[in-house]
Amino acid sequence: MKPVNFDYYAPSSVDEALDTLAELGYDGKVLAGGQSLIAAMNFRMARPSALVDLNNVPELSYIKPTADGGLAIGTMTRVHAVEHSPEVAKRFPLLVEVAKYIAHPQIRRRGTFGGAIAHADPAGQLPSISMVMNMQALIRGKGKERWVDAPDLIIGPFMTVIEPDEMLAELVIKPHPPRTGAKYVQVSRQSGGYAQSAVASVVTLDEKDVCKDVHMVLMSVAEVPILSEKAREILIGSKPTKEAIEAVAEAATTSEIDPASDLHASADYRRSITRVLIVRSLTEAFERAKRGG
Amino acid sequence: MSKLFPVTVTVNGKVYERQVEPRLLLSDFLRHDLGLLGTHVGCEHGICGACTILFDGEAVRSCLIFAVQANGHEINTVESLGTPENLHPLQQSFTDKHALQCGFCTPGFLMTLVPFLEENPKPTEDEIREAIDGNICRCTGYEKIVEAVQDAAEKMTQKK
Repeated sequence: MKPVNFDYYAPSSVDEALDTLAELGYDGKVLAGGQSLIAAMNFRMARPSALVDLNNVPELSYIKPTADGGLAIGTMTRVHAVEHSPEVAKRFPLLVEVAKYIAHPQIRRRGTFGGAIAHADPAGQLPSISMVMNMQALIRGKGKERWVDAPDLIIGPFMTVIEPDEMLAELVIKPHPPRTGAKYVQVSRQSGGYAQSAVASVVTLDEKDVCKDVHMVLMSVAEVPILSEKAREILIGSKPTKEAIEAVAEAATTSEIDPASDLHASADYRRSITRVLIVRSLTEAFERAKRGG
Repeated sequence: MSKLFPVTVTVNGKVYERQVEPRLLLSDFLRHDLGLLGTHVGCEHGICGACTILFDGEAVRSCLIFAVQANGHEINTVESLGTPENLHPLQQSFTDKHALQCGFCTPGFLMTLVPFLEENPKPTEDEIREAIDGNICRCTGYEKIVEAVQDAAEKMTQKK
């Protein structure tokens, strides 16, 4: 199908973009890479009255090291650029690992880092990963800006706290503490396809191999990505033994997720593979933490 | 009809100036406005890869870009590769190795693989399969396509 008509704005600077968004209010929608939005518009599931295209705003595309050893990533940075950035690979290998699973090479060339997060697709990898990676989002509007921690950014399927006159401008990833390891795992029917279930864990050990911190997100098994509380309750302060990790898998899949059934996977199947994926993700994340991350 | 926007775009080395509605997809612009029918439209939501073209040298989906966004950019379609008498080495390998049956998906595969082989002239089988994971072929089962890419890679590196 073809999209319905809309008004089109192509600002060439952030200020101009914010002016346009302020003028349009509820009628305006930001167009980043368009790899989800344009597909939704082709189906006429999305019918924005006006698009504010950020593709002519070069100042929104960058990967910059921050003073504390983290990274700042401009919202329009293509996923391909993140996937192939030596700065990203050095500091946050998890992002490179995850990027390979995001749709297809052609989509990653065009799709953007910030756009994927602002789109808040519950089946998308980047919104979920932002929640376990200690990311902070810079949200800008005309004459205003604010910082939001990634877990507070997403409030529902395809819903964020970003107001119609605002845009996601930058994501800052704070450096991981020493002895932090991470692992992303998923099950999908084909390469690049949506995951039936996916798990990402970021864990930190102290010098005695006791778990100091754990962030685990469960994807595609509820309306929104689930940040596991059970993982924190069970693991923090104790050694991440095989039994402890299995206890997390059991607790999380019985009380924290609410998978749906569809043509490709029943709820029971999703619950069952999620249990396996949790064990794989946590086990490898802790192994990596032991090796120094 | 909404407002028309002027678009100046270079396609296969030739400059075109047109007026477009913002909702016009780049794939439809290429096919209907410019008459370049080599770019195929399969799913129109980014899954099948048939409409893959080069946008400033990068393989992307032309169904997920608006024509108005191509203003000032350089596009290459399958028409920029070879001619029936003088095929591009990758097209020749596709023919030699029977990497197509109905051929509907072929332009998308070719436009995905041309920049891939430029960046990675000696790919492994796994790398080839990763490169084409965004292109669907319902005839070949991919085996012949992978063989064709290996064949083309070999011949193109020998030539250099």
